[in-house]
Amino acid sequence: MTTTLNINGKTETVDAAPGTPLLWVLRDHLKMTGTKFGCGVAQCGACTVHVDGSPTRSCITAHDTLGDVEITTIEGVTGNAADAIREVWVKNDVPQCGYCQSGQIMAATALLAENPSPSDADIDVAMSGNICRCATYMSIRRAIKEAAG
Amino acid sequence: MFLHNIGIIPGGTKNSAPASGERVITNLSRRGFVVGSSLFVVGVALAGCSSYEEPKIDPNAIELPEAGPSPLTEVKGGDATPALWIAIEESGTVKITCHRSEMGQQVWTSMAQIVADELEAAWDKVEIVQAEGHERYGDQNTDGSRSVRYNFHRLRIAGAAMKQMLVEAAAVYWKMKPSECSAAQGLVSNSQNSDTLSYGNLAKLAARLQVPEETDVTLKDPKDWRYINKEIPSLTIPRITRGEGTFGIDVDRPGMVHAVVARPPQLFGKTGAVRDADTLAIPGVVQTVKLPDPSAPALFQPLGGVAVVATDTWAAIQGRNALEVNWIDGPNASYDSETFAEQMKQTARRSGMVRRKRGNVASDLASATQKIEAEYYAPHLSQSPMEPPAATAEWDGEKLECWACVQDPQATRQTLSDLLKIDKENITVHATWLGGAFGRKSKPDFVVEAALIAKEVGKPVKVTWTREDEVRHGFYHSVSAQRLEAGLDANGKCTSYLHRTVFPPIASTFVPGMDVPTDGEMGLGATDVPFAMPNLQVESGNAKGHVRIGWLRSVSNIYHAFAVQSFAAEMAHAAGKDQKDYLLELIGDARKIDPNAEGATYPNYDASLEEYPIETARLTNVVNKVSDMAKWGRKMPAGHGLGIAVHRSFLSYIATIVEVAVTPEGTLTIPGVWLAVDSGTVINPRHTRAQMEGGTIYGLSNALFGEITAKNGAIVQENFPSWRVLRMEEAPWAFEVEIIKSNSAPAGVGEPATPPAAPALANAIFNATGHRIRTLPIIGANGSRLTLPTKATAQAEE
Ligand code: FES
Ligand code: FES
Repeated sequence: MTTTLNINGKTETVDAAPGTPLLWVLRDHLKMTGTKFGCGVAQCGACTVHVDGSPTRSCITAHDTLGDVEITTIEGVTGNAADAIREVWVKNDVPQCGYCQSGQIMAATALLAENPSPSDADIDVAMSGNICRCATYMSIRRAIKEAAG
Repeated sequence: MFLHNIGIIPGGTKNSAPASGERVITNLSRRGFVVGSSLFVVGVALAGCSSYEEPKIDPNAIELPEAGPSPLTEVKGGDATPALWIAIEESGTVKITCHRSEMGQQVWTSMAQIVADELEAAWDKVEIVQAEGHERYGDQNTDGSRSVRYNFHRLRIAGAAMKQMLVEAAAVYWKMKPSECSAAQGLVSNSQNSDTLSYGNLAKLAARLQVPEETDVTLKDPKDWRYINKEIPSLTIPRITRGEGTFGIDVDRPGMVHAVVARPPQLFGKTGAVRDADTLAIPGVVQTVKLPDPSAPALFQPLGGVAVVATDTWAAIQGRNALEVNWIDGPNASYDSETFAEQMKQTARRSGMVRRKRGNVASDLASATQKIEAEYYAPHLSQSPMEPPAATAEWDGEKLECWACVQDPQATRQTLSDLLKIDKENITVHATWLGGAFGRKSKPDFVVEAALIAKEVGKPVKVTWTREDEVRHGFYHSVSAQRLEAGLDANGKCTSYLHRTVFPPIASTFVPGMDVPTDGEMGLGATDVPFAMPNLQVESGNAKGHVRIGWLRSVSNIYHAFAVQSFAAEMAHAAGKDQKDYLLELIGDARKIDPNAEGATYPNYDASLEEYPIETARLTNVVNKVSDMAKWGRKMPAGHGLGIAVHRSFLSYIATIVEVAVTPEGTLTIPGVWLAVDSGTVINPRHTRAQMEGGTIYGLSNALFGEITAKNGAIVQENFPSWRVLRMEEAPWAFEVEIIKSNSAPAGVGEPATPPAAPALANAIFNATGHRIRTLPIIGANGSRLTLPTKATAQAEE
């Protein structure tokens, strides 16, 4: 079954079984592997993308129920918040292995776009859905605060 | 014929740019053609002398004696032949081969720092090439926190030797003495005029020169280091922030299909009747493949079961859900964590095998003024790197090529050769980036699965482990039960100490029936205990393995440090003394400890005790340092407590203080962590701090929440809800790291922060509440143990 999706400003046509989560459409069909698989059950945040700007778990989001929305992935996320987050991430070497970091960056970007000066508690609430087994949590907190200025 | 000298990268991986160093060599092998020296110029304009244009060197126009073989193949640490590690392209790009796996410890960056510093390469010209698995690189097993320790010396030699050859090439070209020429930042200059030659221009000529003897290679004075011990930014992170870079799970090959495997729930359970009609009806499913049942010992064999092959991962998972398999019980069907815990505790109450002995513990204990004893228990754990195991294999009927997130590409190649009966020469293993590893990815069972399925399917196959697979079919951190006893004199001073540790050894995965803790594991925090009391005995008790037991970040140090450092605080409490003061008293005077002199067989992380002694002064130093940082002894708010632990592992010395706050309702938070580390020479302080934070929080996560249990031989936990790991909201509020300045030989940093975390946390909880933690995890997956007693109720309890 073919479905048309708007991903990072481009129209993509995919042929995947009904109900296939967006995560696997991105990774296996479109070869956009920046979005990661970590749990498949909405627990870890590694698969976070933006759907119309909102952070969304692509592992539990069927690609064929999305309709006419704008999907943004780590490969395509731009704008002031994304620029600010990438800059502090690089400047402070926030990631370790990096595997969770697409999801972390998508979550942090959405937070900053919505709330330009988040408190510690705001950061914890927005970011606690994103597991990092390398435990870069301290760096992430510091970097988001730095990006927020 | 000059392949050994300079400029070749034999192991460029497919997922990084091909090593164009090989092109340099192709040209070189045609030396002997004398080409008219058409000196066209390359545009190197130097600041301050903009009229200077560097002449293009034609290396073939210069007569040179034939170079002999490299004399640097056997320096300390292995082969330091520059060509093995460095290729300089005409553009000036310096390609450095990293033979260790990048898994977040920033080994690409640290290896590049070491080579580029001695080479005097300009940092912005440096690129990394990931080596494939091959013996020519020496040890590639990226575990044991030893990439820097093993390779520091030889990589410095390789860089420095190549710099000398570049300088010599410039001297030949300029017809000067090498001593009149010098190199800095990718350029060679001379003392006679203002001309310069760039590395890219000199590389081919330098490749024809003799590689110097080690005694003729001059290493930099550490005060002249540009990159080593500097906060050089990571080479991988900018790509990560754009979603680039290839992890094992990201590999794509033309025509590739995707597989997941249904595995028997128990180790050595067998696959009985399979009904796959519903599976094959799922859109996208291509076929199923029955995998061979393994037999003991487990080694790195796959676990058997049935693979479902499909056109995408989701279809494969759906197909697996629809699969009906009759699993046949195996020899581990009765494994039950609750029962086994009781058995191990019983074993720990009986005399064990003596592994280190000083004085006479039994008689001293019998006559001690005060005798204290405690039993500790810690469960199995799963490494759970964020990237689960994943591997891609391609078989063409003769050659096997694999791409995978492996910590040890050489062991992977060997295992593939052994299990698939393919000549090693016909197997190529590419290490991708690893999305974390923590020991899981030093076991290449998942790559073997991919290879077996690829052979069957006749197409490239990627096997992806789901999180459930990773949690339920791992190589688990060993479960353990320990008993400690101490005798104190009238002044509360410890005069005797007995430590008995019981755990299924990792060797049980490799040797059938092996149930005796090995010297290696005993040397991870038990036989190397640095305490000074006159009577000391360390014993082990046997325990069988019923699941695959494997390495997990810092291995046996985790449970040993938990018990020993908790018990140190228990002794302090019994003696009515301050935890930190008592810890220092237990460690005693400044001295070097040799456990071998007291009957131990102590491997010291495969290092000599001469080069890496156990120095109590360094333990004392980090304890004092961290106490200053945390202001140990300060008045704490109600419900708050500080706890301290110190531990030497992987040749590093780390002291950690944790502050906890426990509400009257029993909710625990961690306002602060302070850590002082002495790991000798540090390559990158920034990345070392990251490992200290990460390693500590990994330890806190395990101590608070981590618990893998078995019932009827099968693992109970499944995914992140039931296998709980620490999230940001549970992380410490503040974390301070101090790196002790040291010129000592480099020690490990990836693992040693983990062991002191759990006992520092447990000791803090005791100081906050009076409640002593002897069983891990403290809180557990479903929070059933979340309600810790408050100080008031705990005191009433006592
Ligand atoms: S993979 Fe989607 S939340 Fe974990
Ligand atoms: S950086 Fe490795 S899991 Fe987060």
